[in-house]
Formats: sequence, C-alpha cells, structure tokens
Amino acid sequence: MTMRKVAVVGAGMTRFVRRALETPKELAWQASRMALESCELTLEDVEAVCLGTAPDSFDGIHMNGEYLSDGAGAWRKPYMRSYVGGGTGVFVPIQGWYHVASGLFDIVLVVAEEKMSSYYPHAQAAFITIFDHTTERPLKPNLLWIFALEMNRYMTMYGISKADIARVSVQHKRNAAHHPCALLGDANITVEDVLNSEVLAWPVQRYDVSPVSDGAVAVVLAAEHVAKRLTDKPVWIEGVGWNLDTAHWTNRDLVYPRYVEYAARMAYEMAGIREPKKEIHIAEPYDPFDYKALHHLEGLQLAERGQAPQLYIDGTAALDGNMPVCPSGGLLGVGNPIAAAGLMKIAELFWQLRGEAGGRQVPGQPRRGIAQAWGDLMQVGTVVIMGR
Amino acid sequence: MTAKIKSFPGTSLSEEDFDQGKILFNFDELNGKFAWDTGIAIGRYLASLKDGVILGARCGTCRKIVVPPRVVCEWCFRPMQEYVPLQDTGTVNTFSLCYVTWDMQRVKNPEIPAVIEIDGASPLHGIMHLLGEVDPQKIHIGMRVKAVWKNARERGGAITDILYFKPLEEV
Repeated sequence: MTMRKVAVVGAGMTRFVRRALETPKELAWQASRMALESCELTLEDVEAVCLGTAPDSFDGIHMNGEYLSDGAGAWRKPYMRSYVGGGTGVFVPIQGWYHVASGLFDIVLVVAEEKMSSYYPHAQAAFITIFDHTTERPLKPNLLWIFALEMNRYMTMYGISKADIARVSVQHKRNAAHHPCALLGDANITVEDVLNSEVLAWPVQRYDVSPVSDGAVAVVLAAEHVAKRLTDKPVWIEGVGWNLDTAHWTNRDLVYPRYVEYAARMAYEMAGIREPKKEIHIAEPYDPFDYKALHHLEGLQLAERGQAPQLYIDGTAALDGNMPVCPSGGLLGVGNPIAAAGLMKIAELFWQLRGEAGGRQVPGQPRRGIAQAWGDLMQVGTVVIMGR
Repeated sequence: MTAKIKSFPGTSLSEEDFDQGKILFNFDELNGKFAWDTGIAIGRYLASLKDGVILGARCGTCRKIVVPPRVVCEWCFRPMQEYVPLQDTGTVNTFSLCYVTWDMQRVKNPEIPAVIEIDGASPLHGIMHLLGEVDPQKIHIGMRVKAVWKNARERGGAITDILYFKPLEEV
C-alpha cells in the first residue's frame, strides 16, 4: 500500500469556556478561520472538510454535522462528520489523514467543535443515553459511575494511592496556567487541594475530573508537495491507529485498556517505532479524569502496567522531564469540550514540535509526539503520532 | 503559534448573565418517548429475571459464558444458542460510592453502583448493578454478594427485579 506523506500545516482554536456566548457554528468558524489564516490559506484552497463533534444529545440538534457544516466551511465540498464518542477528537484528524494519504485530496480542513452547555441544567444527564436502555438505564446510571468503577479497579488492583493519582491533576492544571485558552489553569494547585475537593463518586473527587466546556479547534492537513510549499516547518503525521473493544464493558477487566494498546501498536508500526519509551518525546494521552492519563500511558506502552504514576513521581512527565505528559494542560486544565479537546492535543503537538508553544514550550527541541483519545462506552482508542 | 497570538476567540458567559437577563436564550424541552423491543437474547434474560434467575449464554466455539446473554459471540461471530442459568451470587469486581444522581442532584447517602462478577459465568464476566444492606466503608473489591430480589409477584421482567446485591456474610 502506498500512502502519501501528510503534514499538519496550520492550527487554530477558541478559548475553552464553561459557557460560550457563541453558537456551535460560530465557534467552529472561529477555529477554522484561525487555522486557515495561520498557514495563509483561504477556504478556496480547501478541497474537503472533516468534522468531529460528539453526541447530538448535547445540542438537541439532529444531524449536528449538517448543522455545523457552514461554520466548518463545508458547503459545496466533500464533507463528512465522524463520531466515536470521546475518541472523536483524535479520530477526525485520522479521517483527514486518509483523505490526503490516499491521494484523493491535497488540502483538508479538520474541525472539531463541542458545545456542552446548552443541555439544561447540566450536560451530565445527557450521558444517560449512552447506557443500554434495557439492562442498564433502569438503574439510573451516572456517567461518573463508569469512571469511578474503572478508577477503583485500577487503583486497587495495582495498589496505587489517591495522592499519586492526584499528582496528574496537579501537573496538568499547572501546565494549563501557561495555555491562553485554558479554563482551569492553576499554577498553585496542590495534591492536598485535589484530595480535599468534593467527593462526587468515590474514588472520584471534583478536581479529579475535567470540566464540561464549550470550544472548537481546527487544523489544516496538506499532502507533502503542498506542505513543503506552504511552510518550512511542516509537522508530519507519522502514524495513526484506532481500535474498538466490546460494548459489554462489564465482561472484561477494566484495569487495562487493551483497545488503546492495539490502536497504539497500529500507529507505532506505521511510524516505525520499536521502543516507544525512547522514541516518543511528548505524550498527550486523553485525560478527562486524572487516573485516565495513567491508564492510557500504560495502554500506549509508555509505562509498564501499574507503573505510570512513577512518571509523575520521578519527574519524567514534568514539562522539563524526559517525556513531558500533557504540556498543554490536557482536558483537566484546558477543558473538555469533547471532540475539540481531542483535537486540541493534535494542535498542541503541532505547536510544541514547531517550538511555538510559548510559556509551556517543552525544552530540547522535541522531535516526536503522540496524542490519544478514548471514548464510547469505555471501549475506543484513537492514536496519532506526529513528528518533524 | 499560540506564542504569537495575543487574543483568542470565545466569549465566556456566567450563570448571572442568564439569571439577570443579560443575554437572550430560547428554552425548550424535547419530549422523546420510546418503547424498546427487548429482542431475542435480552428478552430471555428479562423473562428469566422474572423467574428469579440470572441467565447467561455459552459460546460453543470460545466456550465463554457471558452475561447478559446475546445471540452472537462478539469475538468469534458465531451464533450463541445455548442459554445457561447462572447463580444469583457473585464477587464485587469494582464499586463506587456516588453522591450525585444521574442528573447531578446531590445526595447525602451514596448510591453504590458496582460491577458484580456472576458465579457461573466466565471469569471477569459481570453485570452493573447496585449494592445495598451494607456499610459503605466496609465494601471491598473481592467481596462476595448475593442478589436481593423483589417479591415474585412484583417482578415485571426487568433488571430492577433485582433490587440490589448484599454481602453474603455479615460485614
């Protein structure tokens, strides 16, 4: 199979806020406009548009992809919305990647938007519809349940303390203090703050969780011959992977995300990476909850099973460590407008690998990074490896 | 680029903007009503619950016994034709003490969702349900539990025919 090289050549994003004045279309347009301006392209140069947005139930709009299409610059172009739950934000650039790698298009605009605040009074209740309507929903499940159940299984089976998990939240929120779009950046937060925050669904406490947010992110992908004309700093998509596990989530061990491992292995193979721990310089694992970052680092083969907390304890994961984790501030710090949050990680790798990340720039001219998202009913992993 | 850009779009609103009428908004309720057919396998599962039995299904190829039952083995994609009655006892695989309801109302006494590995099913095969009649502080992963059923006459063929699971021995 011959595939063309594909580069990210531009990126844009809105601020992530708890409740945005702008409509979903307006947010999508702002991010798209910025992404195009950043690489001095106009919509006329864009040959196809890929859009990611999470469940229609947040917006109360059926066919949300079609609703958002003008904000994403999609009219009279080949256009497609993809959706794999929380994994969408890292899947939609994969979709854009195969649009370009296949030779079908030279320039593709990739847009991810989420407005969670419209659901009244709290987006949480919209999540009940992800559970099985007959065997689970009569129990009135809460989205927090599945995270709390998985976190408890993870920490108990490996003997990991709440304090060690809280380090993740602290570091990501501190990193986010340097992100101009962040909702919950906090340079002074401590482990004690996390451990003393409200208990929502033990072992999950308030500061273990990322905030419901509104926002949009867009990136521009280009084929090699175009990318090299547009910029002398293209950031290449070196590998992609995605994988889905069973929806019968109570019929497998939640302690380890095998589907993330399979997605990562697919991406590593494509990128020619044999030793991820040595060859990945920046990791942006999906972190809607603090333990999830650890869980995913293990699935990504960047830590042994049950050993990911050590990366935060020994400083490996710090902004100036050997493998900074979530220098953006992640979902815990920047915010979690679901699909947009995943694509934010792609934008972060783009800026980091170009040396344009400002106050949160990882030192040492990192060459390669990995972004990952997760979603559906504890079952999907999406992975992108980028390098310069 | 974030280093070069000074201002980012996106205008933050607060609750006060709504309460004080500073912005206009349109409020509406969507009224969705559904009647979901149970299907073949879950239909059998529910009918069994009405009889006080937790039903699983066995894959003749993988030899896995799964719960709830299904018509197809998702791993080998062959039909699952053998239903297997399981025990109504099991082991707590994981649990949570949840102080917010599904629609984010705070509650003082926690709901206790759990994944319970059902005796008679393959290892690590369980269902999501609730724990009850238990001191929240004494629950642990690995705890043995038993289903507490509704009275036979009150059962309607639903997952809620099991009220909750309680510890097998006094805790």
